[in-house]
Amino acid sequence: MATKLKPVDVVTVGVGLTGTILAKELADSGLKVVGLERGRWRDTDPDFAMPGAHDELKYVRRHELMQDLSKETLTFRNAMSETALPMRQLGSFLPGEGVGGAAVHWGGLTWRFLPWDFETKSRTLARYGKNQAAEDCTMQDWGVSYDELEPHFDRFEYLYGISGKAGNLQGKIISGGNPFEGPRSREYPNPPLKTAYSSALFAKAAQAMGYRPFPVPTGANSRPYKNEYGATIAACVYCGYCQFFGCEMGAKASPQTAVLPALMQNKNFELRTLCNVVKVNLDSEKKRAVSVTYVDSRGREFEQPADLVLLTSYVLNNTRLMLLSGIGKPYDPVANTGVVGRNYAYQTPSSVTLFFEDKNFNSFMGAGGLGLAIDEFNGDNFDHSGLGFIGGGFMQAGSNGARPIEVRPVPQGTPRWGSEWKKAVARYFNRSFSITIQGACQSYRTNYLDLDPTYRDAYGLPLLRMTFDRHENETKMSVWLTNKAAEIAKTIGPAKMNVSPRTGKYTIVPYQSTHNTGGAVMGADPQTSAVNKYLQSWDVPNVFVVGASAFPQNGGYNPTGTVGALTFQALEAIKTRYLKRPGALA
Amino acid sequence: MKESGRRNFLKSAAALGAAIPAGAAAQSKPAPHADHEKQHAQHMRAATAAAQQRPNMFLSQTEVAFLDAAVSHLIPKDELGPGAKEAGVTSFIDQQLFGGYGTMAKKYTQGPWPEGTPQQGYQSPLTPAAVYRAGIRDTNNYCLKTYGKSFDALSRAQQDEVLKALDGGKIELEQVRAQFFFNMLLANTVEGFFADPVYGGNRAKAGWKLVGFPGVAAVYTTFIEKHGVPYRAQPVSIADITQKVAQVDEHGHAIHVMLDDKAGV
Repeated sequence: MATKLKPVDVVTVGVGLTGTILAKELADSGLKVVGLERGRWRDTDPDFAMPGAHDELKYVRRHELMQDLSKETLTFRNAMSETALPMRQLGSFLPGEGVGGAAVHWGGLTWRFLPWDFETKSRTLARYGKNQAAEDCTMQDWGVSYDELEPHFDRFEYLYGISGKAGNLQGKIISGGNPFEGPRSREYPNPPLKTAYSSALFAKAAQAMGYRPFPVPTGANSRPYKNEYGATIAACVYCGYCQFFGCEMGAKASPQTAVLPALMQNKNFELRTLCNVVKVNLDSEKKRAVSVTYVDSRGREFEQPADLVLLTSYVLNNTRLMLLSGIGKPYDPVANTGVVGRNYAYQTPSSVTLFFEDKNFNSFMGAGGLGLAIDEFNGDNFDHSGLGFIGGGFMQAGSNGARPIEVRPVPQGTPRWGSEWKKAVARYFNRSFSITIQGACQSYRTNYLDLDPTYRDAYGLPLLRMTFDRHENETKMSVWLTNKAAEIAKTIGPAKMNVSPRTGKYTIVPYQSTHNTGGAVMGADPQTSAVNKYLQSWDVPNVFVVGASAFPQNGGYNPTGTVGALTFQALEAIKTRYLKRPGALA
Repeated sequence: MKESGRRNFLKSAAALGAAIPAGAAAQSKPAPHADHEKQHAQHMRAATAAAQQRPNMFLSQTEVAFLDAAVSHLIPKDELGPGAKEAGVTSFIDQQLFGGYGTMAKKYTQGPWPEGTPQQGYQSPLTPAAVYRAGIRDTNNYCLKTYGKSFDALSRAQQDEVLKALDGGKIELEQVRAQFFFNMLLANTVEGFFADPVYGGNRAKAGWKLVGFPGVAAVYTTFIEKHGVPYRAQPVSIADITQKVAQVDEHGHAIHVMLDDKAGV
């Protein structure tokens, strides 16, 4: 029997990137906010302290900072005709667990999606007609434009102290930045990171081919930076232990470095860790959330009443909690009805690896997002006529910290073990680099999330079931993009080259990207979206579902910058409109 | 040799030394007199020898013999330096199987367990510890049947043949799929060869020296811009820092001792 607690104004389910920002701002405005986090408290000191922070086995292979699957996982299948089976160990993607969420171990790349990305469907139809995308592609517009989101991108970049170079300042193209980005109101708060050798070679080659390289915008900060909350993010030292790790320097922007120092001082905010929310309780008409039920680390069950419930956990858990709680109509791919679980999408990463005999890159150095990129082949920045696909991706070369358990490239054809393998690993560990491509992924009628009929979590509740495969659009795009990268790579003159487009069935086994999207997508039409343009549930207006769960399809960039902008988009609507007159906003 | 030079030399020797088991090091008491560092170095050599003879927590002697033989093929000792066996990978695997990895502490273990598709990944009802137990037993049975000897007693060429057959799925094992067992063994061997020596493998930092990986990082803010200049340092392990045989800066990053080699790129 759950113990009923004293009501509060706001509950956040999850205390990661989105939850900390919303909690901070709403607590500042005088509301009582409780943050419920299923994982533990984590901070730069002592959790990411040296020398233990530089332990590849612990963080990259044993997933110290990531979700404990013994308690909860998901099931997966490629197609509806298969039986979904549990993801028993982490592989393809790595959801975080604990305060800060995945924004503790993220790589730091902080992009603004292209203006085109927010209007994928209408702009594709306008430029190419209805035959460019596959018939079962469920791409759609976001219900919000880039221009509407611009102030929110700006706010997030200044909060997290992003290092980069503007390419489009209020419509004026700036040399050295990304000429394809949407117009931004001002320059990045911090200058770009230094340039690694691999980036320099790539940029020189790209430039010679007429492309316009620019620094990848990143939350690995180029200099000490004090943000609007008075938090200081330190300068990156290029140690190479970045993605998959917490930063011992406090130099990677995260809830820990950018928001929590101020949030934890706010008397209106209460953090409860090791508390797992199992349900959002609705009133009898299922029109209003009245409370959330959670279980703490001593097995006690509590009911926390709140006026406003913010689902701020990872993409997958946001969607699962809606399904478990009956918020919105579950998606049915056969009848093509319902919205919750619809338009699950992912990323289509690929790469070209260059091997040299006469160049050393000190590949173990670097930072997440340390790289130079080109955007000529992203979004609709190039003519797709006759190509048979839509979308694209940015490509970059950089130095992100190679560590030999995970990153030890060998030329194609090298045996998997034995003396020859050993020689190749020794030869190329520091004499190779990759051009990586962040390919987009469209949404399809048969790619979706629902509840599994068989497998359950530690609380006896159904696991989320993921049905997903890559479609022809993504395969064609990946082959085309990867060949473009290979053309650039050839001019750099490597001794050998691996060209690795992403083809074939999607598999949940090897790591690819923690860029899961969709499931509770935003839009202008309640028939095809679970939340409105303010991330507010169409059906239960005092529930906001914040995160990449709102992306109707995924773009050719890392998602975090856009997640940050959507968080401020929701926040502004809550503060300026919802709190004054609680109810449906759209 | 001047005192400071000697100190640096001994520090380097210890840093290059090996896996230092945390327990053994914790028992070391600093000697109060001038010969402290000499004694310290001797102690470290003894500790290294002790680590190499550390009794196993999970593996039986039969299993140790199997793994010593198998990992010496996966990463062989050759002109480039020690292989997986010399680097203590068997000991690494023993510790991993005894701990959270071997028992799937952070993994989902509820059934049912149909085999599934390759895209669905690990679906065995067996934990990694149980996979090794079954895989080694079955492979030894296969070797007894085929060659009349257990795996460790076969010739190098025969062992190679068996491993290739496991890798290619050409042997039908009774309790686990051959490739499932082999892939796990290969992945753990690579882990043990390159993981921080605190986990019992990568002895004398053999894996890191092989590829030119410095282990615990230094501050590279300046060096990142020295394009094409190889950064060659004596690798530093976590224990080197906690045992104070490697120096650190104010943030705890290693201060690397650079290798004075004239090797080209």
